[in-house]
Amino acid sequence: MRQGFFKSLFSGWTWRMAWRDSRRHRGRLLLFSSSIVLGIAAMVAVGSFGQNLADAIEVQSRSLLGADLQVNSRQDFTEEQRELLDSLGEERSYQTTFSSMLHFPLSGDSRLVQIRALDGEFPYYGEVETEPVDGFERFKKGDGVLVEENLLLQFDAKVGDFVNIGAVPVPVVGALKTVPGENMVFATVAPRVFVPDDVLAASELIGNTSIARYRVYFRFDSPESLSAAETELNKIRRKNRWGVDTVEERKRELGNAMRNLNRFLNLVGFIALLLGAIGIASAIQLHVRQKLDSVGVLRCLGGGIGQTFAIYLIQAGALGFAGVIAGSAAGLAVQRYLPLAFQDFIPLEIEFAIHWWPVLRAAGVGFGICLLFALIPLMQVRRVSPLIVLRRSVAQIGGKDIWVGVLYLAIAAGVTGFAISQTRRWEHGVGFVVALAISILVLLVVAKFVRSLARVFIRSWWPFVVRQGMANLHRPNNRTGLLMLALGLGTFMILTLYLAQYGLVAELLPNEENNKPNAILFDIQNDQLAGVLDILKSQELPIVDVSPMVNMKLKSVKGEDVRDIARRPRRLEGDDGPPRRGPRGRRPPGWALRREYRSTYRSELASTEKILRGEWIAKASFDDEFIPISIEEGIARDLSVDLGDELVFDIQGLELTTKVASVREVEWRQIQANFFVVFPAGVLEDAPAFHIVTTRVADAEASARMQREVTREYANVSSIDLMLVLDVVQSIVSKITFGVRFMAFFTALTGVLLLITATLNSRYQRFREGILLRTMGANRAQILWIQFVEFSLLGIMASFTGILLAVGGQWALSSFVFEVDFKFPVFPVMAAVGANYLITVLVGILGTWGITRHPPLELLRAEA
Amino acid sequence: MFVIRPVAINLPALQFTVSDQAILQAVNLTKIYRSGDRDLAVLDDVSFDIEQKATCAIVGPSGSGKTTLLGLCAGLDVPSSGEVKLNGNSFKGLSEDERAALRNREVGFVFQNFQLLTNLTTLENVMIPLELRGERGAEKRAKDLLDRVGLNERLDHFPVQLSGGEQQRVALARAFINQPKILFADEPTGNLDGDTSQRVIDLIFSMNEELGTALVLVTHDLDLAEKTERVIRLHSGKVQADSNAVIA
Ligand SMILES: Nc1ncnc2c1ncn2[C@@H]1O[C@H](COP(=O)(O)OP(=O)(O)OP(=O)(O)O)[C@@H](O)[C@H]1O
Ligand SMILES: [Mg+2]
Repeated sequence: MRQGFFKSLFSGWTWRMAWRDSRRHRGRLLLFSSSIVLGIAAMVAVGSFGQNLADAIEVQSRSLLGADLQVNSRQDFTEEQRELLDSLGEERSYQTTFSSMLHFPLSGDSRLVQIRALDGEFPYYGEVETEPVDGFERFKKGDGVLVEENLLLQFDAKVGDFVNIGAVPVPVVGALKTVPGENMVFATVAPRVFVPDDVLAASELIGNTSIARYRVYFRFDSPESLSAAETELNKIRRKNRWGVDTVEERKRELGNAMRNLNRFLNLVGFIALLLGAIGIASAIQLHVRQKLDSVGVLRCLGGGIGQTFAIYLIQAGALGFAGVIAGSAAGLAVQRYLPLAFQDFIPLEIEFAIHWWPVLRAAGVGFGICLLFALIPLMQVRRVSPLIVLRRSVAQIGGKDIWVGVLYLAIAAGVTGFAISQTRRWEHGVGFVVALAISILVLLVVAKFVRSLARVFIRSWWPFVVRQGMANLHRPNNRTGLLMLALGLGTFMILTLYLAQYGLVAELLPNEENNKPNAILFDIQNDQLAGVLDILKSQELPIVDVSPMVNMKLKSVKGEDVRDIARRPRRLEGDDGPPRRGPRGRRPPGWALRREYRSTYRSELASTEKILRGEWIAKASFDDEFIPISIEEGIARDLSVDLGDELVFDIQGLELTTKVASVREVEWRQIQANFFVVFPAGVLEDAPAFHIVTTRVADAEASARMQREVTREYANVSSIDLMLVLDVVQSIVSKITFGVRFMAFFTALTGVLLLITATLNSRYQRFREGILLRTMGANRAQILWIQFVEFSLLGIMASFTGILLAVGGQWALSSFVFEVDFKFPVFPVMAAVGANYLITVLVGILGTWGITRHPPLELLRAEA
Repeated sequence: MFVIRPVAINLPALQFTVSDQAILQAVNLTKIYRSGDRDLAVLDDVSFDIEQKATCAIVGPSGSGKTTLLGLCAGLDVPSSGEVKLNGNSFKGLSEDERAALRNREVGFVFQNFQLLTNLTTLENVMIPLELRGERGAEKRAKDLLDRVGLNERLDHFPVQLSGGEQQRVALARAFINQPKILFADEPTGNLDGDTSQRVIDLIFSMNEELGTALVLVTHDLDLAEKTERVIRLHSGKVQADSNAVIA
């Protein structure tokens, strides 16, 4: 006859009772439920966004490439190859791409761009979008060039203006917005300029440039002919050093990348959810504490343990449910804007559609986590002795509650399980959970420390308000732990992302103390070198370094033809290990064998180089039996060569036999012309060479002046300065981190929400205290000061702990993962502390609002 | 004092009472609290029976163990040794839930501080005991009882909207709704002034009479104690005196 827990859960009376009993608390319970809203919103948004992405990839898959298949090469296609390529597919488009300077005669500015020539009907799928819309058509008719939209904006140029390609002036017929299959980030690094063939021919740039890329786009009518062509191409791709890309492959790659992004964002959102769940737990804890009497009365009147528990479980569930509903709605609203945060990376149009399954899944995970956390304090309901109706302070019934232990285990398992499901690697999932647990633990330990400090350190001669404020930190029902978590975790997340971004960018920043070069000019031909150097001298720019660059290919390594080496089996007999590059006997990677070696010759070591082994040889001649060269340690390892080994290079048909005389270490991070292979002086002087000159410009203006002058005189010479590179890198990094920060923001906001709810919460508790103080004669200012002291201490301690965690995490990341020097940006971090502190104190002060504004008597009545 | 000891047959699944004499039997009740490494015997070998429909007051100085005794008798707590039987059913060996069920069936409560659920209306508060056991018709009975205690106009009021005396009358209606065999009252007038007390006391006694409920009343008030048929005087956890209708 007694109603057990499950029966009660489905009894109408239990629900009615839960409803009745929640009267007067409903507003507050709803307020508490807000702490998970953002966490749920984050997860719902990411989940639904992920589904939309997947759909977009599926639907727009063919425009991922703009064609069915593409072949890429670093060499122009030979007649023979063209013949073969022309036999494949229904339609083809050839595209040639190389770097060169684009000159804006109106402003006189120049900028390194990616020049493209295109024939055929590409794109076969999707559109090349331009402004005005007929731009691409007009380009195809040969009316003029298409220039990256951003570039036009940057140089204040517009459609209709003339630009110079090489020395040829040509009108801009459109601002280029998107090309199927290419994303904005890519375009930021190398702005695209589509140039008609005749203009290109007139500019004479091709052939005068060192790096060009060649590509063919194919359209196929049937999947059969496509796969036949694939088979055909796969047979010859290695030999020709071609890259072959298909829609399927692109789809798979993009799908993987997007899923990874999605999972990562989901994890970031999950932190907000966890913080919110902790907030819920602490709210329920408070709620239960206030309900102990009611529970006791019910038990006394004959209510069963399960029956009373069910009542409060329903209340907690309803609270969680309200949060989940609000969160899901907010998430769907936010999801509209998520694509904005990531659109530059995604070569797709993302449609906004609501997908119920991901929403339900995220809401379900959120509700589950929230309920698990709420159950921990709820368990106390089961342990209330009915004796409480006779005596306030009674021990709980029963011994140790194993259910609480079970719950903690369930939470740990649930959280870890979710993390692993998102990271897809159990080590990463566990790592995530451990890192999170450590952060939470550190914050809680600090909170404990703060509490005992507040207790131990108070001195009786301190001002009354300071003593009261500090006492509030350790008094019963204090919120110190929760607030430390809320504030600290938010600070930690935001700062970690900031520091990671800062660390990566700072790594690239030029070192101001010394005279390191920050601008580089390249593709200078033999007969142009003197002229270029003159221009630099006339502008009083230092010539930091001049390096000739000779293109060559490897013919043989240690007497073995590279083609034979490339055909060698990956594994030798009796070698079971995975194929690795490096040790002798294993096959060097194909790219090291086939690549175009851009080598230099000189008689001294550069400042960025260090001899590891062997001897640096300054001069040699063709009369020598072999030519002593210096080789970079990494490529030496890849090629499995060391001191004394023979390498034969092919320079436009001329074979050069060399021997490794020294192995160098090169500091690649410097902006400097760095080389894998350095020849001694006296050998390559007559070989066809390009020259690279590095210099140092003081500012953007000096850089522009130099580039303008050089481009005017020598249209084929390209130049770029580090400031520009940095700008680009910074914009890319900040785009990446923006998306992530967008998600991390949910955690920080949840922290603020928790701060607000906890303050309002303690407001209920502190109400009487405040009134009491007021009736005893405390004035408004004193009450404000008390709150100020308490929240100041909280804000400062939480910020510093958050920073400590972030710095610790960053140090670990930069030392072990990125392997860069750890840098600490003092000002932004201090700004973060300040902001955190201000928010905390502000919320704290606002929390006293009603208490100080009304006369005490009025409050006594209202609260009675 | 002569009491016919009831004979109770306890079968695992079946419990019924043969005697219709004693509603409450306290047998050698001892309650020991451990504080630190010292044992404190709050109740020491207390035995007594309360017959059906009898009224009884438990008096004694503060700290003598009155409330503790009441808690044990109502099955709110378990004795260190000894046994309590309600209507012949022993609390011994029962689980928390089984004890709660027994209370729900046999016991009514009135407390010094009323113990109404603050978020529930008068009517809802009174209905709880019946609703807890899933019984229908609670509302009708609750309204009748509230009418009986003179609060039929206040059905939808919340406890904060009622005076102390009114709250205690609501508590009384709640105590009687399950037609208990025994009513436990711990200082029912402790928080009330003289006139209000009188009204509550009168109600307790008259309703007791009407419904044939036994009454166990803990009080400091000797005038009040006089109204009962029997007074048990506790001192330091022992029964110092036990008399029917003590006239001081
Ligand atoms: N949980 C406990 N632990 C230790 N001692 C307890 C506990 N509960 C009660 N006591 C002690 O038991 C003694 C009896 O308490 P009890 O409340 O039963 O007295 P009382 O007769 O009801 O007093 P009053 O008239 O003041 O209500 C007291 O000395 C009290 O301190
Ligand atoms: Mg007492």
